[in-house]
Amino acid sequence: MSTELRFNFGRTVELGSHQFMADEIIAFATKYDPLPFHVDDAAAAKSILGGLCASGWHTCVWWMRLNLAYRQVQEARQESMPGSFPKYGPSPGFRDLRFIRPVYAGDTISYRKTNVCLAPHSHRPGWHVLQMLAEASNESGVKVMEFKPSVLLQLDR
Amino acid sequence: MDRDVPQVRHPEGACLEGAAAPIPRSFEDFAVGMRIDLGTWRISAEEIIEFAREFDPQPMHLDPVAGAASLLGGLAASGWHSCCILTRMVDDCFLRNSSVQAGAGINRTRWRRPVLAGDTLDGQTEILHTRVSRTRPELGLVTMIHRLFNQRKELAVEFDGLTMFTRRAGSL
Repeated sequence: MSTELRFNFGRTVELGSHQFMADEIIAFATKYDPLPFHVDDAAAAKSILGGLCASGWHTCVWWMRLNLAYRQVQEARQESMPGSFPKYGPSPGFRDLRFIRPVYAGDTISYRKTNVCLAPHSHRPGWHVLQMLAEASNESGVKVMEFKPSVLLQLDR
Repeated sequence: MDRDVPQVRHPEGACLEGAAAPIPRSFEDFAVGMRIDLGTWRISAEEIIEFAREFDPQPMHLDPVAGAASLLGGLAASGWHSCCILTRMVDDCFLRNSSVQAGAGINRTRWRRPVLAGDTLDGQTEILHTRVSRTRPELGLVTMIHRLFNQRKELAVEFDGLTMFTRRAGSL
């Protein structure tokens, strides 16, 4: 299977969605981001955000969770196809994370991924860097968040 | 909800380098070049696995043997987890008692070195830039970079982003 076919560069795929309930927003933020507008309804109502909303990290980690679930489905499909499938490694980081709109309690957020390009890693022989675009929208179709993640992978094993 | 991870936190009012400096609370308190010591976090295998099971279930974050065989060289925290820990340290040290209104985003997050089970992480925030919002003059925008160093003083994680604060009354 060609690299172009396997990664479908430029084609956006739906990863799935998640509804952020108030108790879950508060539980996550109590552990990792205990600011008033993530843990306290009354304080959030008085803030410029206007209501209880999810920590930005909470919104991001659901992209990661759904991205991995999607990858597992793809790997299972590709096992029956000719050629080897990529082995994913760690990520060096991401760029350009924008929190465009708050994710409010009760919002259902849909996540997407687009593979952008693949290039050999600068100093790890055999490894490549895959650049992606990650996006999330609420049920009104308004984009709430985007960022540009990357991940190391090995193509031919 | 409480983590069972041993932590050393600097007492309230003592987390700034230079004992005389107060904890920044509103936009006017942030000055370019200011460095804020966030204290220390010792990361356990249990919390690495707990986070990874929920959000980043890859073998190197779940299993010490798979971690040792990976590029990361041991049971390693999800990069998302290390960012969440760093955020908690920032919140506890100064952000939760400040006039913070929202985070606008992050320019770049770099996972420079693996964060491994048992590592002792020191956090630090540096103020890179401050300006008043053009569209909402009651708000000030502060660009900060947050960093985690391991026990060998190596930079493991860093991210920089824009955070919005209200300005003090009368400063308009």
